[in-house]
Amino acid sequence: MHFESLSDFFAMGGYAFYVWLSYGAAFVLLMALTIVSVRGRKNLFNQIRSKQAREQKLKAYRTGNKSNEPET
Amino acid sequence: MWKWLHPYAKPQRSYELASTLLPWFAVSSIIMLVIGLVWGLVFAPVDYQQGESYRIIFIHVPAATLAMSTYMAMATAAFVGMVWQLKLADAAAAAIAPVGAVLTAVALITGSAWGKPMWGTWWIWDARLTTELILLFIYIGIIALHNSFEDKVLAGRAAGILTLVGVINIPIIKYSVEWWNTLHQGATISKFDKPSMPSEMLIPLLINMLGFALMIGALTLIRFRNEVIDRNSMRPWVKKLVEQENQ
Repeated sequence: MHFESLSDFFAMGGYAFYVWLSYGAAFVLLMALTIVSVRGRKNLFNQIRSKQAREQKLKAYRTGNKSNEPET
Repeated sequence: MWKWLHPYAKPQRSYELASTLLPWFAVSSIIMLVIGLVWGLVFAPVDYQQGESYRIIFIHVPAATLAMSTYMAMATAAFVGMVWQLKLADAAAAAIAPVGAVLTAVALITGSAWGKPMWGTWWIWDARLTTELILLFIYIGIIALHNSFEDKVLAGRAAGILTLVGVINIPIIKYSVEWWNTLHQGATISKFDKPSMPSEMLIPLLINMLGFALMIGALTLIRFRNEVIDRNSMRPWVKKLVEQENQ
């Protein structure tokens, strides 16, 4: 163990701001990318689902219309 | 001889392979990063010149080095996509680009935060920093091109051209600290020399490098799966997948 105490560790020999800024920024950016990437899957699945629902509705509407048409 | 490779040109097989690999990459990267970061932050000795501020190296160097490696991986995928018109290669290139962009941003921010206490300035327009900033802009341009076209084949071609042109920037970044005078220090780890670092610092740095590489792999796999689904949303296997997820 390099540091004497916990407060010593957080102080980083007077460079606390720069060290923790680096680690914080890296963590936030990489976390954001991970969350966006994982959510992308859910969004895609929802898109595909709503598209399918729309198509099915349209199909039902078309076939329904056909049966209602008067025969000539 | 290469016949075993052939089925992986099918989107479904690639998707399944990515799904199999993903947990291994994710878990091993988290383990490596926890070991490497705790070792680097808590156990590694202090630098005799830079004091505790040098601990930024444990994220700055992996991010900066791998931002370049990631670019070369993306360029390889883009090249394969352009020459052999392999749609999956374009999907891979599109999946990698945002990962590389974030790595470059991390390298720039951590570099800035390291430069302020050591050089006395957040930023200097020297060769290393400027070319690294250009790398970020190229990455952003590639992402923009991938998203600018409804037609993914066209998008892949446009982004591929920019990717291949942008390769010229990579050797300039790598050798900028040798070719031009700069505040930036030279490479710590090199293939040809002994590393200019004691092993108590070098080992956690190498563990972190491996952790970052595995994390890049995991993020790329997540994004690659999304790209494959997006490009094959009308296929029966994707529809089946969506139904399964619904339940």
